[in-house]
Amino acid sequence: MASVISIVGLTKTYASGVEALRPIDLDIEKGEIFALLGPNGAGKTTLISIVCGIVTATTGSVTADGHDIVRDYRAARMKIGLVPQELHTDSFETVWATVTFSRGLFGKPPSPGHIEKVLRDLSLWDKRDAKVQELSGGMKRRVMIAKALSHEPEILFLDEPTAGVDVELRRDMWGLVRELREGGVTIILTTHYIEEAEEMADRVGVISKGELIVVEEKNALMKKLGRKTLTLNLAEPLAALPGGLDAWALELKAEGHELEHVFDAQAEATGVPALLARLGALGIGWKDLNTRQSSLEDIFVGLVSERRGGAA
Amino acid sequence: MTRFNRHGVWAIYRFEVNRFGRTVWTSLATPVITTALYFIVFGSAIGSRMGELDGVDYGAFIVPGLIMLTMFTESIFNASFGIYMPKWAGTIYELLSAPVSAFETVLAYVGAAATKSVIIGLIIFATAHLFVDVTVEHPVLMLLFLVMIAVTFCLFGFILGIWAKSFEQLQVIPMLVVMPLTFLGGAFYSIDMLPEPWRTATLFNPIVYLISGFRWTFFGEGDVSIGVSLAAMAGFLALCLAVIWWMFRTGYRLKS
Ligand SMILES: Nc1ncnc2c1ncn2[C@@H]1O[C@H](COP(=O)(O)OP(=O)(O)OP(=O)(O)O)[C@@H](O)[C@H]1O
Ligand SMILES: [Mg+2]
Repeated sequence: MASVISIVGLTKTYASGVEALRPIDLDIEKGEIFALLGPNGAGKTTLISIVCGIVTATTGSVTADGHDIVRDYRAARMKIGLVPQELHTDSFETVWATVTFSRGLFGKPPSPGHIEKVLRDLSLWDKRDAKVQELSGGMKRRVMIAKALSHEPEILFLDEPTAGVDVELRRDMWGLVRELREGGVTIILTTHYIEEAEEMADRVGVISKGELIVVEEKNALMKKLGRKTLTLNLAEPLAALPGGLDAWALELKAEGHELEHVFDAQAEATGVPALLARLGALGIGWKDLNTRQSSLEDIFVGLVSERRGGAA
Repeated sequence: MTRFNRHGVWAIYRFEVNRFGRTVWTSLATPVITTALYFIVFGSAIGSRMGELDGVDYGAFIVPGLIMLTMFTESIFNASFGIYMPKWAGTIYELLSAPVSAFETVLAYVGAAATKSVIIGLIIFATAHLFVDVTVEHPVLMLLFLVMIAVTFCLFGFILGIWAKSFEQLQVIPMLVVMPLTFLGGAFYSIDMLPEPWRTATLFNPIVYLISGFRWTFFGEGDVSIGVSLAAMAGFLALCLAVIWWMFRTGYRLKS
């Protein structure tokens, strides 16, 4: 697939001396939904801000749809829509006026029909004549999305679009993002809700302390790094792990009532039956068992803490 | 692709003009009332004892200075506020991420603020007519001067708006620098009335040249020659443009 955004050797050191981005190389493919994950302060917003022209990079280059974002900024920016992390809206303007303004600002001729469609899609149509300051926070978030969509961008950046948003709006937003993707729009989103990335993204990038530590197809990532956890509810509590179980990664939980075994998804065929057979041989009875596939969140926490451990 | 983004310029211009429109009555009533007060105090109370200045009745003599005084402060205030507000409210992100060049940004913001200033200047001029007889010897040059002053001081205000980090800083320059310089710059008197060394000292005040030039377009007579005034004006304009060019090139206080 063709890449629509190409980031090469991008670094950013703020005037304060903070190294927000170490060299980053990343290609975003046309039409995909890319989720950028990472803890607070990892550099997600910085990365997005550079691509959108709000922050100047220290070194490196970015092209959007083949246009260099600095030399050919006009062509590059016309393709890009941005919903920033923070809520920033013009208080005194009406919803209609502020969204129409954005379309003009991005160099597009007026199109009341398109603005109407965007407002309807975001359930803002009834509020079109309301002043932005009269809207609730979630509604303001919708207005910012409407502004970003007003000029029909081909690439959409959503920096934590669902932070502080109720469940219903989050569902709406997911629906909208899918619909946009079907229309050929490339979407890059950051989020702290891992289930969001899990639900929506085609690919996931994990950024930590300014470094991209993983970029992977979501499914492949889940498979590769995904772990399963087997939990056995024991018939009799154990005070300590008996000998002869060293071959398995085991831990006693719930004051010895539960035995937990964490294993690689790939190794599942070999490890578990053998473990159960061994327990039977040792006379350890169990009442119930369940297995759980680890979520992206577990993977992500694992990756980040692994890094931290490695760096320390 | 370096096409001019006319939709973008128009969007900003309209946004700014709408912003003025929301306060249209206060924006227009303020200069009218202020002008009337100046005429009552300076024109009638003091003017009756002043007689003529440079062969012009005192009431008429202060009209150009009065227009300048209001235009300076209004231009700086409106233009600086126009760019400071989005910076303060954070909505500047949209401008920074938009396909709008530095030139287009300045054109739209300064154009809108200058439009308002020119309208206010003309309103003061019309209000002055209610109080005194004032004829303009060089109407075309007078209009040109009015527009140039509006543009130059709006550029200055724009710079101030980008530079300012607080509302206080936004107000300190107009209040502490421009107002005094205008009062001392011969807005209400001819600098020839001052004793030395004050007269010579005054010549270091750039505002003198602007007020003098504007007065020249009214009465064909100024403290300094019209050529010097025009040169001073062009110099100030060039300086403002240079500073703005530098600000956008370096992203000064706009981008991190
Ligand atoms: N304008 C700035 N000046 C100086 N440092 C900054 C600036 N903006 C961000 N930083 C620093 O850069 C680093 C990356 O910040 P950034 O906002 O990109 O993180 P983030 O991944 O978006 O975090 P979050 O999840 O909290 O939004 C942080 O250490 C932050 O303190
Ligand atoms: Mg962020």
